Amino acid sequence: MTATAPTSTTEPPEGKEGDPFDRDVLPTPPGATAALLRSLLAPMKARVALTTTLLLLQQAAVQAGPLLVAYAIDRAVPAFRDHRHGPLIAVGAGYLLCALVSGGLQFAFIRESARVSQDVLLDLRGRIFRHAQALSIDFHERYTSGRLISRSTTDVEALRELLEEGLQELVTVVLSFVYIAAMLLWLDLGLGAVAVASFVPLYFLVRLYQRRAGRVFRTRSTAIAAVIVKFVETMNGIRPVRAFRREAANDAEFAALNRRHERANGDSLLEMARYVVGSRLVANTAVAGIVLWGAYRVADGTLELGVLAAAVLYLRRLYDPIDRLGMFLNSYQSAAASLEKIAGLLAQTPSVPEPRSPRELPPAARDFPGREVVFEGVRFAYRTGGEVLPRFDLTLPAGQTVAVVGSTGAGKSTLAKLLARFYDPTDGRVLLDGVDLRDLPTAELRRGVVMVTQEAFLFSGTVADNIAIGRPDAGRAEIERAAKVIGAHEFISALPDGYDTDVRKRGGRISAGQRQLVAFARALLADPAVLILDEATSSLDVPGERAVQRAMSTVLRGRTAVVIAHRLSTVEIADRVLVMADGRVVEDGRPADLIAGTGRFADLHKAWRDSLA
Amino acid sequence: MPTTRSTTQDRSAVRSLLRLWPYVRPVRARLFTAAFVAVVASCTGLVIPLVLKWMVDGPVADRDPAGVWLGALYLLLLGIAEAVLFGVRRWLVARPLSRVEAEMRSSLYRHLQRLPVAFHDRWASGQLLSRGTTDLMLLRMFLAFPLTFLLVNGVTILVGVAIMLAQDWVLGLVVLGPAVPVLWTCVVFEGRYARAARRAQDQVGDLTTLVEESVLGIRIVKGFGRHRAQARAFSGLSAELRGTELHKARLLATIWAVIVTLPELAIGAALVLGVVRVADGGLSAGTLVAFLSTALALRWPVDSIGFLLAMSQEAATATERYFEAMDEAPEAESATGRAAGPGAPGDGLRFEGVRFRYPDAPPGSPPLLDHIDLHIRPGESMALVGATGSGKTTLTSLVPRLHEITSGRITLNGVDITAMSRAELREKVAVAFEEPTLFSATVGENVLMGAPEGTGEAELDRALAIAQADFAHALPQGTGTRVGEQGLSLSGGQRQRLALARAVVGRPEFLVLDDPLSALDVHTEAAVEAALRRVLADTTALIVAHRPSTVLLADRVALLSGGRIAAVGTHQELLRGNAEYAHLMSGEQEDSR
Repeated sequence: MTATAPTSTTEPPEGKEGDPFDRDVLPTPPGATAALLRSLLAPMKARVALTTTLLLLQQAAVQAGPLLVAYAIDRAVPAFRDHRHGPLIAVGAGYLLCALVSGGLQFAFIRESARVSQDVLLDLRGRIFRHAQALSIDFHERYTSGRLISRSTTDVEALRELLEEGLQELVTVVLSFVYIAAMLLWLDLGLGAVAVASFVPLYFLVRLYQRRAGRVFRTRSTAIAAVIVKFVETMNGIRPVRAFRREAANDAEFAALNRRHERANGDSLLEMARYVVGSRLVANTAVAGIVLWGAYRVADGTLELGVLAAAVLYLRRLYDPIDRLGMFLNSYQSAAASLEKIAGLLAQTPSVPEPRSPRELPPAARDFPGREVVFEGVRFAYRTGGEVLPRFDLTLPAGQTVAVVGSTGAGKSTLAKLLARFYDPTDGRVLLDGVDLRDLPTAELRRGVVMVTQEAFLFSGTVADNIAIGRPDAGRAEIERAAKVIGAHEFISALPDGYDTDVRKRGGRISAGQRQLVAFARALLADPAVLILDEATSSLDVPGERAVQRAMSTVLRGRTAVVIAHRLSTVEIADRVLVMADGRVVEDGRPADLIAGTGRFADLHKAWRDSLA
Repeated sequence: MPTTRSTTQDRSAVRSLLRLWPYVRPVRARLFTAAFVAVVASCTGLVIPLVLKWMVDGPVADRDPAGVWLGALYLLLLGIAEAVLFGVRRWLVARPLSRVEAEMRSSLYRHLQRLPVAFHDRWASGQLLSRGTTDLMLLRMFLAFPLTFLLVNGVTILVGVAIMLAQDWVLGLVVLGPAVPVLWTCVVFEGRYARAARRAQDQVGDLTTLVEESVLGIRIVKGFGRHRAQARAFSGLSAELRGTELHKARLLATIWAVIVTLPELAIGAALVLGVVRVADGGLSAGTLVAFLSTALALRWPVDSIGFLLAMSQEAATATERYFEAMDEAPEAESATGRAAGPGAPGDGLRFEGVRFRYPDAPPGSPPLLDHIDLHIRPGESMALVGATGSGKTTLTSLVPRLHEITSGRITLNGVDITAMSRAELREKVAVAFEEPTLFSATVGENVLMGAPEGTGEAELDRALAIAQADFAHALPQGTGTRVGEQGLSLSGGQRQRLALARAVVGRPEFLVLDDPLSALDVHTEAAVEAALRRVLADTTALIVAHRPSTVLLADRVALLSGGRIAAVGTHQELLRGNAEYAHLMSGEQEDSR
């Protein structure tokens, strides 16, 4: 490692006007966090009311206990001495009833509140996931899987704490405050007023805590996301980590990120400690003051002793819930910080949005499945700047197989991504049988265009599941047929459980070349009108590639196909070759004509022939 | 009042939690002090009502101003003491507990980095991640709250019960009546709740994996328009999680109901009995009042036992999950005791009777590689050719010991690779993988990973030049541009060239390249080959090749077939003399084997 290395990977680049993606602070529109919370809770209104009622009734049943004790001692004892058993039976029955009712209500409350909170969480998790899936590739290239994981696990967890404990805490706190403050004011206006006045410093304390804790929690949420990103990256790249002895350097980087989270975490706990000390001090000072003043008034004779005694007992209880208020604020601030991050994610709009007024592709007018592709005045620049495709026009007639060649960075992949609508052109439009790709809903678009890339990722699940991504309703016979056509059947059958082999379980190791075959089978199963192959055979050996090509020459017949390959063997199945350089098509013609000519392609082809020697 | 102490916990849960001790040990002093402070603070809180009662009965009733001032002063001091003690408790544990959590996370990360690659093949990273995040947060919460309060509340309950028994042992026994059924419920609950908690945690892990894969495979999801199917799979999993959470809530609700109802019934019985005895004159009214106030004061400590136990149980299963990963044995350093001796300098890379099967392969399956004998002379480069899936990548991964050979040996200049430390070995052997992974770091950092500490700009430029990766200089911030997951995304060909630069930057003695040029176009490939030839002139190299052009980089070719080296020779020799090789290189002559 050079001296420039250590900090830049762990700290966001400073200065550089702070890219919100780098710093994990996507802008949250004002009010979006509260709106999100509201929209999550809105469908639950009735059930929140029900849980609150259950809680109120439960509290009432609990509070009845002391009253029954008082009644028993004042009334039931003398009555029993007089051989009247009624009051005692009433007390016994009342207590029995209270016990059963409070137990039953407790049960109902916990179940009901769990149902509300789990439904909210289900809704929120689903929203995050669906929204992320709807966002475009360029978003995912910058946001990273780690942050998305953080949003849908640790951040959702924060809301869960608020929902499961917050409601109960808030209701009990408000209830006690109102009830006891009313009692106090009723007992003695002066003493009650002092007690209520002590709410003022408490209020400011709460505000101060909210502000400070909010900041700390936001830092914490960002910090844990950074930890997760690093964790995921390391585990997914474990081979190079090992081979290049990155373990120690990674340990250090991870420790730095982890320390940042540790600090923020400790800060949040300390904020809570400060709040507890502050609020307790206010409360206990108020108690001492009120007792002192009350005692003097008793001495003056302006206050009855019994009233002071009662007031003093209630005073203690008045300040009891301030700890619980702290706990509520704690979970609220933590949830708010997390919701803010989630709202920021949900506020991102897909740069490749679903059409507002979707159109359908015209019914196939030809006796083959292919469709016509037209690039009309298309220009494309990546968001990071630098024009990749200067304005260009191109028509691919239906059913034509077009090979696109050119050096890295010539714009071949960009062309493919525009056609697959992974990106939308900056200017101009891409038409499929005359319909702008932007007007096609996803399902319709994917019946039309499918792309197979060089990175053949396998999802958890069986080999058959992975092929079936091409067409989920396909039966086993169709899956096997697709695999056979492409030459993947042999190796799949040799796996421990054949098509049912779990790609992550024992014996499920599948080489890069085999993964590419699976990806091909997937594309065949999808049976699209337009097929794009971007470097889809790079890891295959020559016989494998040949087999794929033989299969392709039948499979592609009648389809429109765009084939990007560095190895020119592909060209043998192409009807037409486009040579690209610097984002432009510099040669365009039938392969045989180009090879016979003197242009770049003739050159490339000669170099390739030589490489086969 | 039943004495439901934490002793009702399932033994295995206690045993799981005890495993946390090594991590808690460094902060034990603070943790114990905090628990002690919590007890003192609770006691202080209990004294305040007594002072109030004393004031009302004494100085206030007697109209004694000095006594009133004194009482108020006591109240204030006690109040301040209580507030400060509460704060001190939290302050004592705030940093240490965050440190415990962080330390456990770092240990997990450190450990996982050193587990065999085979382990990572088996484990989805989402499951590992959920152990490192949500599970550890549960543990921190457990240490901060339930652990202390099980102690504090347990002591409170014991003291309270003792007081009640002292006041009146008959009533005391009545109140203690529900202890047995409550204990029994707790035991039953423990087992069920532990299973549900475990299921929920595993489901969170699965959910994490799904989210991760949905991003890593986003191009496929988008390319086939399958985001709805993904969303369905996600809803399915999260609905399962919701089901488990509701099951947990039902269990929790049951235990709460039992813990709330039974003691309350006992208090009711004690009340009725007490009234009868007071009426009979067998008990003073004052004693009954004192007894019942004590019983009511114990309500919160008893009620809280339910969820404290639930949290402890979740912490126990989280601990189990954590140690499932931590208990996996890391790669043993220098497994054999073979002396590292001077070896035979200038012997090159040698495979002797190497046999390999994946440790997790189904029993009875034949080894993937069997009796590999291959000698690559110093300075020689050897191409490794074989059909897709024949084990070429596996064979290359044996050299830097990413996998351990089952039997036989591999030597570098006569020294068995198991006789040197992995760090030493991997310093000697540089690798470029088929899948060119770049890390979230600058281009320069990514490339210089392959070089010893302190390698400079000049070497970086040389490596970039060899790999034809000069495009790096044209990136927005040159070689200081961040790439990888959190940076600029590069094309497959660009990433492959950077990975190649990384392999050659340290001028390694041994080079292992796994199909290093697959994503390059013909011209670039030719340029890389020309530059690589110069590097390979004095490097001992093993190069996995699919195509003739790559094979031509090497001096000789080894054909891997059926788990063994079927032939070794020059490209031309094998092309002429070996039908299988000719087939692999030209794709023609089907089934010539």
